[in-house]
Amino acid sequence: MMGFDFSQIGPALPGLMDGMVLTLKLLLLAVSGGVALGTVLALMRLSSNRLLSGGAKFYVNYFRSIPLLLVITWFYFVVPLIFKWISGEFVAVGAFTSCLVAFMMFEAAYYAEIVRAGVQSISKGQLNAAYALGMTYGQAMRLIILPQAFRKMMPLLLQQSIILFQDTSLVYAVGLMDFLNTARSKGDIVGQPNEFLILAGVVYFVISFGASTVVKRLQKRLAV
Amino acid sequence: MSAMITLKNVSKWYGDFQVLTDCSTAVEKGEVVVVCGPSGSGKSTLIKTVNALEPFQKGEIIVDGMSVGDPKTDLPKLRARIGMVFQNFELFPHLSITENLTIAQERVLGRSKDEARQKGLHYLDRVGLKAHAAKFPGQLSGGQQQRVAIARALSMDPIAMLFDEPTSALDPEMVNEVLDVMVELAHEGMTMMCVTHEMGFARKVANRVIFMDKGAIVEDCAKEEFFGDIKARSERAQHFLSKILQH
Amino acid sequence: MNYNWDWNVFFKSTGIGKEIYLDWFISGLGWTIAVALAGWIIALALGSVLGVMRTLPNKWAARIATTYVELFRNVPLLVQLFIWYFLVPDLLPERAQIWFKQDLSPATSAYLSVVVCLGLFTAARVCEQVRTGIQALPKGQNYAAMAMGFQQAQVYRYVLLPQAFRIIIPPLTSEFLNIFKNSSVASLIGLMELLAQTKQTAEFSANLFEAFTLATVIYFVLNMSLMKFMGWVETRLRVPGMMGGAK
Repeated sequence: MMGFDFSQIGPALPGLMDGMVLTLKLLLLAVSGGVALGTVLALMRLSSNRLLSGGAKFYVNYFRSIPLLLVITWFYFVVPLIFKWISGEFVAVGAFTSCLVAFMMFEAAYYAEIVRAGVQSISKGQLNAAYALGMTYGQAMRLIILPQAFRKMMPLLLQQSIILFQDTSLVYAVGLMDFLNTARSKGDIVGQPNEFLILAGVVYFVISFGASTVVKRLQKRLAV
Repeated sequence: MSAMITLKNVSKWYGDFQVLTDCSTAVEKGEVVVVCGPSGSGKSTLIKTVNALEPFQKGEIIVDGMSVGDPKTDLPKLRARIGMVFQNFELFPHLSITENLTIAQERVLGRSKDEARQKGLHYLDRVGLKAHAAKFPGQLSGGQQQRVAIARALSMDPIAMLFDEPTSALDPEMVNEVLDVMVELAHEGMTMMCVTHEMGFARKVANRVIFMDKGAIVEDCAKEEFFGDIKARSERAQHFLSKILQH
Repeated sequence: MNYNWDWNVFFKSTGIGKEIYLDWFISGLGWTIAVALAGWIIALALGSVLGVMRTLPNKWAARIATTYVELFRNVPLLVQLFIWYFLVPDLLPERAQIWFKQDLSPATSAYLSVVVCLGLFTAARVCEQVRTGIQALPKGQNYAAMAMGFQQAQVYRYVLLPQAFRIIIPPLTSEFLNIFKNSSVASLIGLMELLAQTKQTAEFSANLFEAFTLATVIYFVLNMSLMKFMGWVETRLRVPGMMGGAK
């Protein structure tokens, strides 16, 4: 049995902070992009246009049936190529951008299902009432339906985002220096990989657990 | 000889809220006792304390010489000897009617498959549903399900039967088919404790009527006395009866 | 676009022995399935026990299960995998350490780690589904089973679990699919499952679009067939008159 020695964690804190900042930046951008794209997909899915709803359905089913890690790895290779085709010349895209695109597109499939359920839970009378006031479809969605739907599905969206927070650690696969990867490499450098791994686990746990406790409380408040 | 079921000063609390207050009564062998009262009066809770489905904190309950509140009592064994019929039937929806009738006979009483089946089908026949033996509960009407539930309880050869509002979840046209089975059972001398609002049933077969309100037994008297002079009843019982008997 | 699509790449030699790239994919798929199925067995068994524990009246059993769920749900899967693969072996007694790190082939030790990791990770999710399923059953089913004299273990085995599992087949299906997708993390500790083989093919052959397209198609088809299979299981287990929100 070996003992643990956490003495090297103090000096490593600034570096770990940088890793966490990258993790949170990735999370924030991925959530915003994912929810935006997810909302568009949900509205497409609910549209009466067969082509739109069929396309959205395929998108959602497709991304929900493949592993996130596959998407991250693939996009790491592919996004630079696509940029090259678009712009005609080679641009250094970087792992961060390719990961961000991967997360946004992947999570959009999951957010789309949440938004769809949220929109469907708003009674049809609300839409009719909005039309009766002379609103267009866009206005009715933007001003009447979506605000109500988002309030209802806020807990689910947040829960999905907590899962996404944990999943950002998969960028390890392409060498991006997020919190986990920083902890791993710092630990290796000072020869205390196990201690740094435990630290990483504890930090992820505290943040996820704390956040989901808050979400649960919010859910109870909204349920009343 | 002592009574089949005896309750002495039974009290029960949910946290600070007292649901049963000092309830005492007895059911003799072969006796039919009807328990009635407004909803929330504690009658369903009281009948569930008899076979320890609901624990109680004070007092004593003796069933056939066994103390229900005693931690040493083998509760599953005690429960296996008392049949119970519930408001929502509570047949097991994933099992066929035959399996519903036999599972406890086999797994609790240790009867052989054949014996359990024979006994189950015998009682199923008695409630007039033999033709439905292979069906599942969800395929039967409410009244039929409740008759199966009675047959299921009888298959265990109980020494007494508890009925917890057996007809209140039924559509009106199905109430009588269930009551008929219960009346027949009473005539055969089964010891019965029934929580019910069916005063016609009480008049026909009850020996005694218990009236509960706010967790306490307010009236406990012979049927003739209970229905004889309404004016002699407590105010709360009068109020309850006036509402019930209009129907 | 100046990319040269070449779908024949899968039938070309890898340059290693007589292997063609398709062989890599087949062997990768084999590992993916082996990881997912073994992990699923652990997850289903442990998750069911934990789910039952969360519904027991015993406070301690419930608390232990709750703590387990919170712990395994709030630490990222990859961190858990590193813990099982790098940290836990260091904590083993010396002989077991030597066995794990030296005697076992790298593939076997990676396989064991990822199976334990995915099994325990998914168990927390299965636990929540099982608990939800049990709690969705009417309370009367528990009462009715107890009233017939079943022991607590029998109540679960014969009455609650058969119903709960039927209710939760759809969410369990999605957990079952998740374990296949999540098994791809094994590529990060060097197990040559489907994703790792895909990456390797992409790097060796430079036909990365074809490689990743084939991998996606395999996952997609796997997903669809498993869903069909579970749908078939669900119909097989369907009980006439049960489900569909029946009370």
